[in-house]
Amino acid sequence: MIEFRAPPRGSWQERGSTVGRTLAEKVWDDHIVAKGTNGAPDLLYIDLHLIHEVTSPQAFDGLRMAGRPVRRPDLTIATEDHNTPTLNITKQIADPISRIQIETLRRNCEEFGVRLHPLGDIEQGIVHVVGPQLGLTMPGITVVCGDSHTSTHGAFGAIAFGIGTSEVEHVLATQTLPLMPFKTMAVTVEGELREGVTAKDIILAVIAKIGTGGGQGYVIEYRGSTIRALSMEGRMTICNMSIEAGARAGMVAPDQTTYDYLKDKPHAPTGEDWDAALAYWNTLPTDEDAQFDAEVFLDANELEPFVTWGTNPGQGVLLSDSIPHPESFEDPNEQASARRALEYMDLAAGTRMKDIRVDAVFMGSCTNSRIEDLRAFASIIKGKKKADGVRVMVVPGSARVRLEAEAEGIDKVVTEFGAEWRFAGCSMCLGMNPDQLAPGERCASTSNRNFEGRQGKGGRTHLVSPLVAAATAVRGTLSGPWDLEEAQ
Amino acid sequence: MIEKLSVVEGVAVPLERAQVDTDQIIPAEFLKRVTKTGFDDALFYAWRQDPDFVLNDPAFANPAVLIAGADFGTGSSREHAVWALRDYGFKAVISPRFGDIFRGNAGKQGFLAAQVAEDAVESMWDIIREQPGIAASVDLVSKTVTLGTLSVPFQIDDYTRWRLLEGLDDIALTLRDEPAISRFEKTRQAWLPRTLPAQ
Repeated sequence: MIEFRAPPRGSWQERGSTVGRTLAEKVWDDHIVAKGTNGAPDLLYIDLHLIHEVTSPQAFDGLRMAGRPVRRPDLTIATEDHNTPTLNITKQIADPISRIQIETLRRNCEEFGVRLHPLGDIEQGIVHVVGPQLGLTMPGITVVCGDSHTSTHGAFGAIAFGIGTSEVEHVLATQTLPLMPFKTMAVTVEGELREGVTAKDIILAVIAKIGTGGGQGYVIEYRGSTIRALSMEGRMTICNMSIEAGARAGMVAPDQTTYDYLKDKPHAPTGEDWDAALAYWNTLPTDEDAQFDAEVFLDANELEPFVTWGTNPGQGVLLSDSIPHPESFEDPNEQASARRALEYMDLAAGTRMKDIRVDAVFMGSCTNSRIEDLRAFASIIKGKKKADGVRVMVVPGSARVRLEAEAEGIDKVVTEFGAEWRFAGCSMCLGMNPDQLAPGERCASTSNRNFEGRQGKGGRTHLVSPLVAAATAVRGTLSGPWDLEEAQ
Repeated sequence: MIEKLSVVEGVAVPLERAQVDTDQIIPAEFLKRVTKTGFDDALFYAWRQDPDFVLNDPAFANPAVLIAGADFGTGSSREHAVWALRDYGFKAVISPRFGDIFRGNAGKQGFLAAQVAEDAVESMWDIIREQPGIAASVDLVSKTVTLGTLSVPFQIDDYTRWRLLEGLDDIALTLRDEPAISRFEKTRQAWLPRTLPAQ
């Protein structure tokens, strides 16, 4: 299904200027503040810095200790998402440690002049939903955030990647980052997706093929007719999980779909500025004669809904398949990982994925919580009742997405189905707020990580698309939309 | 500010697992703290509940060098993973492959992430199985890991190595380029995103 070709060689900077450049290389080159020499990194300018409560307090502390200001508060924006409750949001946050972290962010933003969208604000939500919906995320810019899923913003043709807290402090102080040039990987997807197959299935299939380390050191560019046909939401889902393939960043070249999405967003350029921006954006797509350091091909016609069975995002199979036997892996390390994963997941090799019963369904996270995702979920559950004994939680990505969904009546579809309609935040993707699995509970989740304990201590996660999440919520076992039709 | 680093020595601890993600190194519930220290109790929290977990073995009571399987530190960007390892007493981690963000975070914190060949890690696990509690020496000058009679080269990028050897602070280094940053800012296009109204 996928060919992996990897001709390793030096970075484009060593190749000279005789061959064309890729999208990523163009954006990189246009942000070099100081060129690194003798093995030193390039100093890159950062156009947009997103902040949240979890990875920023120690960075602001560092600034205070060194007596440094935030260099560009006007290129910085903060929101509260990881810790925030998704119920009773007008009450004081019950967990005192979470409350202190939120209060610390509010104090820091006040002290350093950073714009903040706190809990209860119309623009509050998951940081990677907020940036695009405000129109701050644009083609050709550099975006960083102390969160590995910053790769989401690459869907617009931006270089966007997650950073650690030391780097958050670095960007706050200097609006730049010293970075070594990366390698480039093309993931080309051609063909038409079958009904019921989504962007989430594409990226889960890519990760299963190249592995959780396959993208290390690369920026991935997703290309081909299937990617071009995807909405911005779908492209964001794919770029979001680039990190699960080991790549810090994923990108899609901007096109009319990008421009249509961006136009008229609150921070999008207008008038002559829009024309100037558009002229620049149109120069960004990868040149025909550009070379990638590695190429991966995927035939969309062969794709089916994809689900994970293990404890890393690469341990996935087709929903119609069975859990592989650990001995079927060539690498002894992978065999050991598979055995450990099956033990943790309390699953036996050979079990059909569709026979796996779940206790919970989580519809949300920066991977799949935008309006299109909620519409897809609602389209399957509409007029139905959830399976007995299954807890179903729907968490919109932002306060604005929640309002938009309510205007369309999605909240009613969700509650009539018997599911919970929550306020915006990261929620059960990582369970930093009260939304957690109990030990041993099994969940079909539209989020991005099935690591041990990720959704709550002892919790067991199967990563799925919104359509599979919905069908699973109806039947109580891992299911695709087709399974509902067969049952009728 | 980070301290100059040239050689790290101490008890080597085998973590015989691949794909150790940062959620395992430190679970999310411990990320609510607003300090940069005090994370030693959180390191490998879930795995430490198992009495057979390697850190519960008295032979490894004073650890310094963690020797892990491939793809150590993948997943979440949480720098808390480095802080927790450091607070527990580790000064270096050795693996055939690292998550990119983890490796970067380690470099910023003066914590050594040394990349060695996959078979070298397995040889080290064998040696420790024979001699639990044996000390490893990780020499940043010669880029070598030594464990008993085994001595293997490790990889680290030249820039990070130089910064660690000199104990240089990244932000102070970048601020030497302040004139270049200001020059660059004057060339930026008017349509680029701004989160605040122009002053």
